[in-house]
Amino acid sequence: MTRKKRRLYILLLCAIGLGSATALTLTAFQDNLVFFRSPSDIVRETPPPGRSFRLGGLVEEGSVQRQGEYQGRPAIHFRVTDGAHVIPVVFTGVLPDLFREGQGVVTQGMMGEDGTFRAREVLARHDENYMPPEVADALKRSGHWNPAQGAAPAPATWNTLDPSRPAFAAPPPRSGS
Amino acid sequence: MIPELGHFALILAAMLAIAQSILPLWGAQRGDTRLMGSAAPLAVAGFIAITISFAALIWAYVTNDMTVVNVVANSHSAKPMLFKVTGVWGNHEGSLILWVAVLAGCSAAVAAFGAALPSALQARVQAVMGMILLGFLAFIIFTSNPFERIWPPPPDGQGLNPLLQDIGLAIHPPLLYVGYVGYAVTFAFAVAALIEGRVDAAWGRWVRPWSLAAWAFLTMGISIGSWWAYYELGWGGYWFWDPVENASLLPWLAGTALLHSAIVVEKREALKIWTVLLALMAFTLSLLGAFLVRSGVLNSVHSFASDPARGLFILGLLGIYVTGAFALFAWRAPSMAPAGVFAPISREGGIVLNNLLLCSITAVVLVGTLYPLFLDLLTGQMISVGPPFFNAATAPLALPLVMGMAVGPMLAWKRANLWPVLQRLWWVACMALLAFILTLTFAGWHVLSALGFACAFWLICGAAADIADRAGVGRTSLRNALNRARHLPRAAWGAAIAHAGMGVTILGVAGMGLAVEKLVAVPPGGSTQFAGYEWRLEGVRDFIGPNFTARKATITVLRDGRVVHVMEPSKRYFPTGRMTTTEASIRTSVAGDLYAVLGEERANEAGVNEAVLRLHNNPLAPWIWIGAGIMALGAAFSLSDRRIRIAAPARRRKDAEAEASA
Repeated sequence: MTRKKRRLYILLLCAIGLGSATALTLTAFQDNLVFFRSPSDIVRETPPPGRSFRLGGLVEEGSVQRQGEYQGRPAIHFRVTDGAHVIPVVFTGVLPDLFREGQGVVTQGMMGEDGTFRAREVLARHDENYMPPEVADALKRSGHWNPAQGAAPAPATWNTLDPSRPAFAAPPPRSGS
Repeated sequence: MIPELGHFALILAAMLAIAQSILPLWGAQRGDTRLMGSAAPLAVAGFIAITISFAALIWAYVTNDMTVVNVVANSHSAKPMLFKVTGVWGNHEGSLILWVAVLAGCSAAVAAFGAALPSALQARVQAVMGMILLGFLAFIIFTSNPFERIWPPPPDGQGLNPLLQDIGLAIHPPLLYVGYVGYAVTFAFAVAALIEGRVDAAWGRWVRPWSLAAWAFLTMGISIGSWWAYYELGWGGYWFWDPVENASLLPWLAGTALLHSAIVVEKREALKIWTVLLALMAFTLSLLGAFLVRSGVLNSVHSFASDPARGLFILGLLGIYVTGAFALFAWRAPSMAPAGVFAPISREGGIVLNNLLLCSITAVVLVGTLYPLFLDLLTGQMISVGPPFFNAATAPLALPLVMGMAVGPMLAWKRANLWPVLQRLWWVACMALLAFILTLTFAGWHVLSALGFACAFWLICGAAADIADRAGVGRTSLRNALNRARHLPRAAWGAAIAHAGMGVTILGVAGMGLAVEKLVAVPPGGSTQFAGYEWRLEGVRDFIGPNFTARKATITVLRDGRVVHVMEPSKRYFPTGRMTTTEASIRTSVAGDLYAVLGEERANEAGVNEAVLRLHNNPLAPWIWIGAGIMALGAAFSLSDRRIRIAAPARRRKDAEAEASA
């Protein structure tokens, strides 16, 4: 085998490898990209049924009901808001430890026919001061936070914010950073 | 006083790093032996300075020095001593000190073991190590000083995130860092080779042990992280294709490719340019991982300490190192003449295929990890790429990789015949097919799991067939074969063990594909049937721990009326930091894990307080991590091979020469 021929073989192999990797990536992207939607997005444009997406916002104060049942399994009902619109959510599972009323949440699942979002998972966060960037973005878009007026206020105060009022002062910065 | 000493030692280390990155390199260019000789002492001195600094920080944690901001933010006097110490690297600043300490340790190790290296190569390697070290020291000193003071001191600290107060997470970061940083050494070797414009078998012999050691530590680090996520997060899963997990998987994939192509350089002096490129990529991906984790640009369930400004600094470092190294590569690589011709069907050919597939998987994972970031930057659209994408895109590439893993080691170097090898593997193929059919028969229509079991048996039996073939089982007497097996090179054993370890991990993954879960609300005294067991909730009570309070459930697991196990899942509440954590209770056996999580407590229609339980049956789960341990063991075996230890006599000869000339 000559060197030229060998190089040809290797180049061919590389092309096949790269090609198949690209093809695989593209086909997998087509079916498996998960889009993020805020409650306002859903009201504006009903998402296609049977397609999984992420719903994010704040857990509405006083909306969490832990007594429910859904399809024979113990379920939790709550509502997710971005200050402008509200989407009811049902979740069968154990809620993450940092799930709290009035705090940011991201859930993944599908829209049911009755307009209730069926969450397959509620995403956990390791830090209670953490605001998921998608949620922050949704709140910005619904007019609850203008980044030009300073840092985002503490997540716990988000749902009491009024869009017409200027944003709160930033929470005390954490020391050490 | 002690923290100032630590800070001073850190700045001193930075000064030493400046000297280390300039003097030896200059010496190597001018052929000045005295300047080149400064590399080793500078590396050792830098290591000592950073060790002092690291010890000072540990001291501040152990003695609860509340005048140090870092201690206040991350520690608490009520915390158990073990977690006070491990809490040092549970935060951004401390973990960086650990990172540079490991980096300086590697540099000192190159100095200690590298006495037999050609002095110009040693000097250039140390200079590159010095540059990397300098970058990270500057990062610490300018953006993340752990020794910052606060006055007046607060009465007590804010405590460490309770999720991190765990033995798994105490050892996970150091192992991972040794792995990441080990690739800094291969990177330094690659850059030094590019400066010299020469890659030969001797270079391969030096790069291989470092890539092996880094790979072993990274394997352990990743698997312990996965194990931690499994038992501590309480979701019953072991791998979430989370950006932070991917960040550690990417260098592992590139490092695995490097590990194999370095053998070809060492044995056959082929694939040289490619190996250098892989060495550059492995460390680039390590740095990229550090950037993704530290900057918080990607959404992750694992990121703890993140700060965009710091991310920018790491991005800058990444840019400097990567553009520098790749520019050097583009400039110098064409001058390195390829040697060692081989046929497509040969051991080298097999390794090329392995590299190709591993790099394809790396590319797919990289694209999947970074795509949301780029889409957000370019269009502002928020998306996420979850496990379905990664499973769908990597599995078709992993399958031929696994199939080749059993065949490759049995091929001869240079030119091989595929047919006799396949003949020797026929019983292995039968075992794999049997596993496939048995799974479908007994577990139902789970094609992917069945395929996983087939792969697992293919690999484990394939490794056995490889060793049997080398020992000559069937061609010579059994006694003779045993004797030969004992005297096979350790590298051959290491490869077989590591490949079998991969098979064991796949066995666990395939088993987890059959996992089932049940969510149920049970009143105290009530019971539920699940996975062939009766699970009886005895009650839920309060429990007080050293720095937390908890609600603890007692569940008796019965089979045919006999008690199998008593499980106590709990929910812990940590007053400092006001956090709740879920402690899953796991019963591990050879056949798999029973896994119970305590959820909410709520009153049902009759007014009785029920507890929501999530129960999992995870068949073969422990084997995922045992397999990773076996892989690391294989690497350790390979490291103890004679041809790696053989450097010792060479060193002795050098000493003798030195004495003779003195």
